[in-house]
Amino acid sequence: MVSITGLYKKFGRNEVLKGVDLTIKDGGIFAVLGPNGSGKTTLIKSILGMVIPNKGDISVLGENIKKNSGYRHKIDYLPQIANFPSNLRVKELITMIKDLRKPTDEDQRLIELFKLEPFLDKKLGNLSGGTKQKVNLVLTFMFDSPLVILDEPTTGLDPISLIRLKNLIQAEKAKGKTILITSHIMSFVEEVSDEIVFILEGKIYFKGSIHELKTKTNQPDFEHAIASILTDNHA
Amino acid sequence: MRSRWSYVYFAFYLLLGIVLLFLNNDLSKAVITLMNVIIVLVPLIGTIFGVMYYYNSKEFTELLLAQPLKRSSIFLGQYLGVALSLSMSLILGLGIPFVFYGLFESSAIWDFSLLLITGTFLTLIFTALAFNIALSNENKIKGFGYAILLWLFLAIIYDGLFLMTLIMFEDYPLDKVSLIGTMLNPIDLSRTLILLKLDISALLGYTGAVFKQFFGTSFGLIVSFIMLTVWVVLPVLRIVFKSKRKDF
Repeated sequence: MVSITGLYKKFGRNEVLKGVDLTIKDGGIFAVLGPNGSGKTTLIKSILGMVIPNKGDISVLGENIKKNSGYRHKIDYLPQIANFPSNLRVKELITMIKDLRKPTDEDQRLIELFKLEPFLDKKLGNLSGGTKQKVNLVLTFMFDSPLVILDEPTTGLDPISLIRLKNLIQAEKAKGKTILITSHIMSFVEEVSDEIVFILEGKIYFKGSIHELKTKTNQPDFEHAIASILTDNHA
Repeated sequence: MRSRWSYVYFAFYLLLGIVLLFLNNDLSKAVITLMNVIIVLVPLIGTIFGVMYYYNSKEFTELLLAQPLKRSSIFLGQYLGVALSLSMSLILGLGIPFVFYGLFESSAIWDFSLLLITGTFLTLIFTALAFNIALSNENKIKGFGYAILLWLFLAIIYDGLFLMTLIMFEDYPLDKVSLIGTMLNPIDLSRTLILLKLDISALLGYTGAVFKQFFGTSFGLIVSFIMLTVWVVLPVLRIVFKSKRKDF
């Protein structure tokens, strides 16, 4: 699905990615974890072509992404902070993104799922953070793409929406999609993900299932396993 | 561009056109006054709007970047959106009152169209320059600062420096130098073009005669327009080039 070889990226003097090699196979939920500033978002943005790497190759579904924009038809991306143009209405934004990509009816179902009907005619600038995130989720999930990338999908969501989101993610997985998630909510990660990729200081530190991580670190639960990696490496 | 500012801009020109015609009661005089306004104001508005639009729509740009769109089409689309709506405001806002005043029966029609053409060129040039500045500066305040400086330099300081050099080297033949100097600044170039078209070059003395010889001919006119086009094309190319390499 996604293969990355020898990926380097630095911003100014700050080296963020220092040789990332990563292969993500078809189907399943992959969580990309790491401390703040470890390069998770940079890695995801490189896959999307928003950040241009200094070195290394990325291919998505067998297509090299360099100087290519068509491959993004096969990716649904949920950005970390939902900042939309504030003078657009929710409805207009949804229609516009549909115009850019392809017609779909899936949005109706998602709007119902997240109970967004009362907000459709409101301007995006007037929405609360959680509602914006829901709009963000609708925009992401309304296209049936084989690769879904979610950057901090739980931000600002209330408990009931969080449950709906989890169900939605599971349903997408059942369709055979590949889902990449970054999150700092360990319980969420533990619940949804099949495999985790741990990034530390710009390199892949660990890749495997949660069970393997627990055995490797000799910790009984997931949260402590992650914490032990962090303390071992920073102490 | 879904912006109420372009309507304000349009209304401003509409008002300006009406007031000038009312006060002057003469088309060609109104054109001269308009020139003075346009030459300074159009670049300023183009620069400010360009920078403002880029920074304001930054988040939206990021949303678009994740969609299957080419970077060059995203940024050129934004550029054209701003530049064309500003040009439309200019052309319609000034055009409507002048047309009602009887522009088509008057001899000033060519002067007036030249004014609008150079105005449009100036909008295209300065919006493109503004986008370049905004693309190269993450920091909003810095971007705005540089943009205003650029305008100040080309609209005012350049003239000052130019005049100083002419005075310092007045013992030498300066026709060529001053011609080239004028060509290198789009604002000066537009001003000279319109002034000469308006046939008030006698005011400029000897240099005016040299300029008249050059700009007055169709060769001079063509070269001037080529220069203005170059001024548009180079910054636009840099927008494409720069946007392809930028991280978001």
